[in-house]
Amino acid sequence: MSVSELQRERAAYRRSRARRSTAVALVSTLVFAVAAYLAVTRAPGWPRVRDSFFDPATAWRALPAVLDGLWLNLRVLFVCGTVILVLALGVAALRTLRGAVWFPLRLLATAYVDLFRGVPLIITLYLVGFGLPALRLTGVPNDYVVLGGVALVLTYTAYVAEVFRAGIESVHPSQVAAARSLGLGHRKTMRLVVLPQAVRRVTPALLNDFVALQKDCGLISVLGAVDAVRAAQIEQAASYNFTPYVVAGLLFVLLAVPSARLADAAARRAAHRQGAR
Amino acid sequence: MTTPVLSVRGLVKRYQQRTVLDGVDLDVREHEVVVLIGSSGSGKSTLLRCVNLLEELDDGQVVLDGTDVSDPRADPDAARRRMGIVFQAFNLFPHMTVLDNITLAPREVHGTPRAAAERTARELLSRMGLAAHAADYPDRLSGGQQQRVAIARALAYSPRLLLLDEVTSALDPELVGEVLALVRELAAQGMTILMATHEMGFARQVADRVCFLDGGRLIEEGPPDQVFGTPRHERTRQFLRRITEAGRL
Repeated sequence: MSVSELQRERAAYRRSRARRSTAVALVSTLVFAVAAYLAVTRAPGWPRVRDSFFDPATAWRALPAVLDGLWLNLRVLFVCGTVILVLALGVAALRTLRGAVWFPLRLLATAYVDLFRGVPLIITLYLVGFGLPALRLTGVPNDYVVLGGVALVLTYTAYVAEVFRAGIESVHPSQVAAARSLGLGHRKTMRLVVLPQAVRRVTPALLNDFVALQKDCGLISVLGAVDAVRAAQIEQAASYNFTPYVVAGLLFVLLAVPSARLADAAARRAAHRQGAR
Repeated sequence: MTTPVLSVRGLVKRYQQRTVLDGVDLDVREHEVVVLIGSSGSGKSTLLRCVNLLEELDDGQVVLDGTDVSDPRADPDAARRRMGIVFQAFNLFPHMTVLDNITLAPREVHGTPRAAAERTARELLSRMGLAAHAADYPDRLSGGQQQRVAIARALAYSPRLLLLDEVTSALDPELVGEVLALVRELAAQGMTILMATHEMGFARQVADRVCFLDGGRLIEEGPPDQVFGTPRHERTRQFLRRITEAGRL
């Protein structure tokens, strides 16, 4: 393909601009990193902080126990995540029901969402974790992992239900009209036309909540479940060194990064789709 | 005379204080093509939506094949199964392929097995020259193609009555022709059609009867040559004059 002299000259100019901005970004990152490093390491308390938070030997010793705990976090994450998705979709669907018969269910769903979105997660954890077993009802589990999971599900279902509801309400009424005009009832309209579109639209927001759930799984440690955070605490208590917490924190970050990138990609795809229409 | 396919009696529709339809009476007989004309806001679309029971009536009846389907005790879904409606903005389901859009109602509402539903859908698509697009998603198609798919979707379960709500108004001028040609073909095959349109030339050619709506009232109806040629009502004359001046006739 032949390119005009004008276009060649413009392309060269654009390339030189691109090279320049890359160079500027590189230099400014370097300057910032050096400044941050100097500011931290020249702080008067740095040697003590380094020894009690960034001690490689302690980190290495704590790693197996913390990893063990993280495995528990992961299992809690996936079980809770699945349960939350299903329940939240149900709650969101309840809130969109019309008709007098459904009034109590609608009211219940609304009250539930208002309550558990308002209560701090840690209080729900304490109430469910310590209050529920204290009732001594038969059939109530007394395993702190299960109880912690229940508290997470209660709180997160309320949030995710609202995300789903926003998605449901974002589907244009003309889609419902089109489905109803074909003779589809309310339920089939919901299941076949509204929900598939709603879920696609809220996927980025759902992934964002997933990342939040990922780290909030660490809160089940307050009930005594030996997860990554609790394991780090045990190691810390044995060595009087806080490095295990840093190890646990880093592991949580490592866990969150892929999910965060996935969320970004989903958001980009959604934006692209919207732009394409 | 046999019972009309559709019979609208004393239809009233209000939005808050505004009366959009003010006592409309209208019959559509089998194989008849009835065209609704009138300026924007005259109630054409509302009338079609009321007939499809997408709006709750404030008074009057919609009678389909002799049964009052607007009765709150009647099942609106059962009535809608016998009607197809095509909207101005197509309203195709964006998350489904063309084929799934068309086969949705036959499969989910009429209990047609998927294979049979798809066979019918493919026949409809090839009649419309869209056979190659069966697996495409709607946003890959042009407006005219989307609207033809929407018509196929409404025809897929062989409705008694086809309602067309300004099906060419959202199209680029060069795409209007392909959709009108399809409607003309359906009319020639004997489909019973009630349509709202701004395409006066088309209305004149295809309609068996033209109804002029003004301010929610049906103030003039008759054969197209009479309504367009020798309109009796002053409002009709004004409307047609405006249309002629805009170069649409």
